[in-house]
Amino acid sequence: MSTVLQVRGLSKSFGGIRAVRDVNFDLAEGEFLALIGPNGAGKTTCFNMLNGYLPPDEGTVSLGGQSLIGKPPRDIWRMGVGRTFQITSTFMSMTVVENVQMALISHHRRVFDLFSRATRLYVDEAMALLDLVSMRDQAGRACSELAYGDLKRLELAIALAHEPALLLMDEPTAGMAPSERVALMALTAEIVARGGVSVVFTEHDMDVVFAHAHRILVLNRGEIIAEGSGSDIRANPLVQEVYLGGGAVFETEASDA
Amino acid sequence: MGFYFAQLLTGLANASSLFLIASGLSIIFGVTRIVNFAHGSFYMLGAYLAYTLVTLWSGSVLGFWGGVVLAALVVGLIGLVVELTILRRIYHAPELFQLVATFGVVLIVQDAALAIWGAEDLLGPRAPGLDRAVRILGEPIPEYDLALIAIGPAVLAGIWLLFHKTRWGVLVRAATQDREMVGALGINQAWLFSAAFVLGSALAGLGGALQIPREAVSLQMDLSIIGEAFVVVVIGGMGSVSGAFVAAVLISVLNSFAILIFPQISIVLPFIVMAIVLIFRPYGILGKPGSEAGAPEAPEAPLTLMSPKAMMVMCAGLMALALSPLFTAEFTSVLLVDVMVATLFAVSLHFMMGIGGMVSFGHAAYFGVGAYAAALAVKFLGFGMLPAMAFGPLCAALAALFFGWFSVRLSGVYLAMLTLAAAQILWGVTFQWQDFTGGDDGILGVWPPGWASSDRVYFYIAFVLCVGGIWVMRRIAYSPFGYVLRGVRDSQTRAEAIGVDTRFHQWMGFVIAGAFAGLAGVVFAFSKGSVFPDSLGIALSIDGLIMVLLGGIHALAGPILGASAFVLIEDWVTRLDYWRFIFGTIILVVVLVAPDGIAGGIQRLWRIIKRGAA
Ligand SMILES: Nc1ncnc2c1ncn2[C@@H]1O[C@H](COP(=O)(O)OP(=O)(O)OP(=O)(O)O)[C@@H](O)[C@H]1O
Ligand SMILES: [Mg+2]
Repeated sequence: MSTVLQVRGLSKSFGGIRAVRDVNFDLAEGEFLALIGPNGAGKTTCFNMLNGYLPPDEGTVSLGGQSLIGKPPRDIWRMGVGRTFQITSTFMSMTVVENVQMALISHHRRVFDLFSRATRLYVDEAMALLDLVSMRDQAGRACSELAYGDLKRLELAIALAHEPALLLMDEPTAGMAPSERVALMALTAEIVARGGVSVVFTEHDMDVVFAHAHRILVLNRGEIIAEGSGSDIRANPLVQEVYLGGGAVFETEASDA
Repeated sequence: MGFYFAQLLTGLANASSLFLIASGLSIIFGVTRIVNFAHGSFYMLGAYLAYTLVTLWSGSVLGFWGGVVLAALVVGLIGLVVELTILRRIYHAPELFQLVATFGVVLIVQDAALAIWGAEDLLGPRAPGLDRAVRILGEPIPEYDLALIAIGPAVLAGIWLLFHKTRWGVLVRAATQDREMVGALGINQAWLFSAAFVLGSALAGLGGALQIPREAVSLQMDLSIIGEAFVVVVIGGMGSVSGAFVAAVLISVLNSFAILIFPQISIVLPFIVMAIVLIFRPYGILGKPGSEAGAPEAPEAPLTLMSPKAMMVMCAGLMALALSPLFTAEFTSVLLVDVMVATLFAVSLHFMMGIGGMVSFGHAAYFGVGAYAAALAVKFLGFGMLPAMAFGPLCAALAALFFGWFSVRLSGVYLAMLTLAAAQILWGVTFQWQDFTGGDDGILGVWPPGWASSDRVYFYIAFVLCVGGIWVMRRIAYSPFGYVLRGVRDSQTRAEAIGVDTRFHQWMGFVIAGAFAGLAGVVFAFSKGSVFPDSLGIALSIDGLIMVLLGGIHALAGPILGASAFVLIEDWVTRLDYWRFIFGTIILVVVLVAPDGIAGGIQRLWRIIKRGAA
């Protein structure tokens, strides 16, 4: 299997805080990779450097052999990287389906079209994407009325609109009921299984992580301290130490930040 | 050498008075996030009150300084009344509301001052004991200037102590940096806000009161100072008092030397400095990121297409408008042209603010560029009306292309201020470039050709251009471009994450809005036969804001209702005595009673009626 994403020596400091230090990893095609770690470990900062929201202090990121460093988020998106945010970010003054349509309009390079009716474009594709995340029945609702969990699912639909090769999901299930979490991650796993897309996700719910991730990276204070399959990670004393200083591990509740 | 030193001292004396008014404005903005246009009115009131008190107690040193201080205190009290009755209710409203509401206060204060002190300029007495000049390096320097030079830093030091040594001051600084945190700490915000407002107004009053030995007290003082005060606050960084001091000194000293080389520069210099500073420091010299944001806004409802019923009403209205020249008097046609021009202008401003989320305090710039470009093309290039009508919007678009490039790099209040600066620069150039633009005398003789010279025919030309322009703008609002523009307004992060070049998109939105404002300007120029610098002025920019607000910013139909209402009200009210007072009151009533404007008000009323009927 070929490598989709290659990350080498990625580092970032904020003033005195070294949020990310010398992070290295590869992502294979079709891989479902979990990036875990306690609050403030540097997960979101890593994501922000992967898709252009933050310039790294050091390090390289390449997608299919092309460097992503210095590119703005929009260019990285065009290269086939989708993103969902820890704190959801959607167009609040639009309906659910319009949010997805915007992504499709941009994908089809029609954002400068001045005379078509935006709401009539790509309706079927948008509905199909909403179907995928079980949001079809809410298509006409105002985005500002949605429950937080639904916003997360909407973000996933938006992120899938341009058929990305790589999907970065920052705490996709935060704010959801346990049953919803399982369903959403099962869905994501299914999308990965169909092929064509690799996923990196962060998550606090360890059940979700162990149930689906092909491989797990553990980040602590900006450094990768462990890497491996679910059972490797569970058995790793360093990881146990980090999570609540050993003892009753991996029951950690997800934070809804 | 002595001459330059004297020039420096004059600059520093000017800096002191500028600092006093700007520091108050900055404190008010920092704490309440209100862009207070009425601050100039407080300054003017300070001057008038001081005039009255000082002439009453004339002659003695104590009488002078007592009068000045008492005037400042009374202005502080007036500020308290304004805060309690008006501003308190609109802290959570968008910037636009606050600006327009405070502009309502400006109008009311103007007429109140007119009623009390009359229209004549008043010459205040000199300050006893400081009424001579001393020679420094051979040059005469007014003693009073030296006193002012000392007062500025003294007040700065006083504010610093207040902010660092008192509990209240620490809270004010905390509120300036992070309002939510202060709220979370459970501090009584209302009290904090009132106190900041009183302090800010008193400082403005003090600034005005101290001016009476230096300049005549007049009814124009308010608007002539407010532009510069805003500039100082923005250059210094919104909410930063020391920044305001640095900026006041920078501007005043630069100005006192620049006028030696280029006497006409005074009017535009502050705005040029501000534009340059903002390009390099988007939050001003000492401002912090986040200081630009006004109160957070509630998300607006998704756009819907017009219901068939509304469509029918609109078509009927358009038909009536189209047929109106057949059964009304000529002057009605002329008034209706004004309404259509205003509507197109308001729709273009709404496109930029409501849809694009870019608040502009200087949209008249593009209206004026359109009007002037057409008039100049007629005068110097011998263009006919129709080519000139195409040329105007093109030039407006080019101006928007230029100023928009700078503006979209900023956001929130800083963006608004840069648009204001752009408009003021254009206004200043137009006003002073006598040979080319005719200066204050404007350009005359911009009439339509013979075939279009009757008011009826011109009405139809205006009808086609304005209604056509509005239709095109609406079309764009519903297009992918317009939707994405709203998306950028809603969330830059998300827009970037779906591949949108947010800055470029906003820039293009800016240009489109500018072009259509230019179209309105062109139609205006040929309907009046002339153009004057007013068509680029702050007053027209504010009129536009009032129209958008009157109509309601969250409705596409808003600007149409708002502009029509505005022109008709203005046409009626300006015939009355004290029309400013009446107009200001109307504005305040709308802001306080129907903050969602006419469109929102009608919708609410309709819902109430329906509920009553059901
Ligand atoms: N823009 C910023 N400025 C300063 N410090 C920051 C910034 N963004 C993140 N940090 C700091 O960097 C560290 C890593 O933060 P990051 O958000 O990446 O953690 P995280 O692993 O995503 O945590 P969480 O699980 O809470 O989402 C934290 O200490 C955080 O305070
Ligand atoms: Mg995070």
